[in-house]
Amino acid sequence: MSRNAETPSASETPEEPVLRFDEVSMRYGRQPEVLTGVSFALRPGSFHFITGASGAGKSSLLKLIYLAARPSSGLIHLFGQDLSRAPAGLLPLLRRRIGVVFQDFRLLDHLTAFDNVAVPLRITGQKPSSYRADVAELLGWVGLKGKMQALPPTLAGGEKQRLAIARAVVARPDLLLADEPTGNVDHQMALRIYRLFVELNRLGTTVVIATHDQDLVARSGQPVMHLEGGRLSLPAAPAPRGRL
Amino acid sequence: MTPFDPMRWRPAPFLPRNDVRDGALMFVIAVLSFLACLTALGAVASDRAARGWTAQLAGSATVVVHPRPGETPDSAAARAAETLSSVEGVAEAVALEKEKAEALIAPWLDDPEVLADLPVPRLVTVELDRRAPASTEAMTAALKARGQDATVDDHSTWMKEIKSAAGLTRWAAFGVFLLIAMATAAAIAFATRAGLAARRDIVEVLHLSGATDGFIARLFQVRFARMAALGGLAGAAGAAAFGAALRLIGGGEGLTPVLPVAWWDLSLTLACPIAAAGVAALAARQTAVALIGELT
Repeated sequence: MSRNAETPSASETPEEPVLRFDEVSMRYGRQPEVLTGVSFALRPGSFHFITGASGAGKSSLLKLIYLAARPSSGLIHLFGQDLSRAPAGLLPLLRRRIGVVFQDFRLLDHLTAFDNVAVPLRITGQKPSSYRADVAELLGWVGLKGKMQALPPTLAGGEKQRLAIARAVVARPDLLLADEPTGNVDHQMALRIYRLFVELNRLGTTVVIATHDQDLVARSGQPVMHLEGGRLSLPAAPAPRGRL
Repeated sequence: MTPFDPMRWRPAPFLPRNDVRDGALMFVIAVLSFLACLTALGAVASDRAARGWTAQLAGSATVVVHPRPGETPDSAAARAAETLSSVEGVAEAVALEKEKAEALIAPWLDDPEVLADLPVPRLVTVELDRRAPASTEAMTAALKARGQDATVDDHSTWMKEIKSAAGLTRWAAFGVFLLIAMATAAAIAFATRAGLAARRDIVEVLHLSGATDGFIARLFQVRFARMAALGGLAGAAGAAAFGAALRLIGGGEGLTPVLPVAWWDLSLTLACPIAAAGVAALAARQTAVALIGELT
């Protein structure tokens, strides 16, 4: 069984975790389990890496967190809500509090960079006048100021990555998930993206990054949840090597 | 190229504006709407024809007079007409002249010369008071009281047949209309399913960004309702033009007295784009909600 990563002890502040998994297992259809008995809790404002080999269950774990899949057993509490008992109407509201950077970006090719970033704000029904400036500022922040009208197919890999990040954070989510966010970029860009996440984390966003980039993980000094064969283990937080 | 000004930005539609399938679907909806409008026009015209015939028959009666021995057919008919004129509820009773009575039978005979040898009965045509028409029984009793041998035909057998045929036509038109509406809904549901499958990326991104099922379904609902409204408008315009041509060619009676078309009937086609949009919106919403539900 996996260890409980960050359940607060009696001496700690009894702050409600942003996310808590209790003995969660998951399988696709009648296939073998891809996650088995996973338990952990994330404090608000924490920063975690999820590591593991391909097929270890990283993406499946993220899918459960961003409510794109349901567990076959076990309980998930998200923002204090027991998802097994949450009414269907509540799920979209919970999703709005999560920003996701997908491994394959999932940008909408027929929309401009500006429109892509505005998607999470538009679906909340806000007026464009209330967020135009924020979207423009954010695009500048991720280094895409000159690409606001560009369509995603015309952007380079790193630009798409940053655009996907901008879309994920534009609504100021409480929880930010990223699946291999540095997988398609060079080392310098990877560091730049990591620093974006750290900055967001400093602003209070809980960050979870699934990655293969062991060097980045090792140098960050952030806690790591390691998945192996669908089981979660939590090594001690590595001491930071060098500066990021 | 003008530099992009974020402050003047307007959101682009979530669904791409042009889809190659849109034109084909709009054509199908236009054809179905055209057929639906023609069915509705046909039903209204046949209903009007049936009402007209029934009204004509209900306002009159025909009396067959059999002369008594020693009485000429003409005098028997004249006496019957006089008797009937005095019955309450009869506006006018006129004995049909021999030539006219024979003219009614002539078309059914191969050789008109035979008429001379036939005992052609004399007829009295009776125009009834529309507000309080005389009953068959009252007319028969009056003739009997005057000792006349006559049969009163109030056309009820014909009227029953016409009413039955009109009712059947109405139901048949309604059935065809319903079938066309269902075919339209099925075509739109199929197109929505294909549209959602082709735009699964958009649906997924919106869904995972926190859009409600209703929000996503509404995108497809509005898209297909608009498309159906345009298709319905084209179909209705075609049907209205067809109806107008019938009215112009055939005058007040339309192309044929069997289906009299009135200018007013053409206004029926105005409802078509609205009905098509309604059917499309419903079908698209049902399909979209069901498909979005399959995402999680």
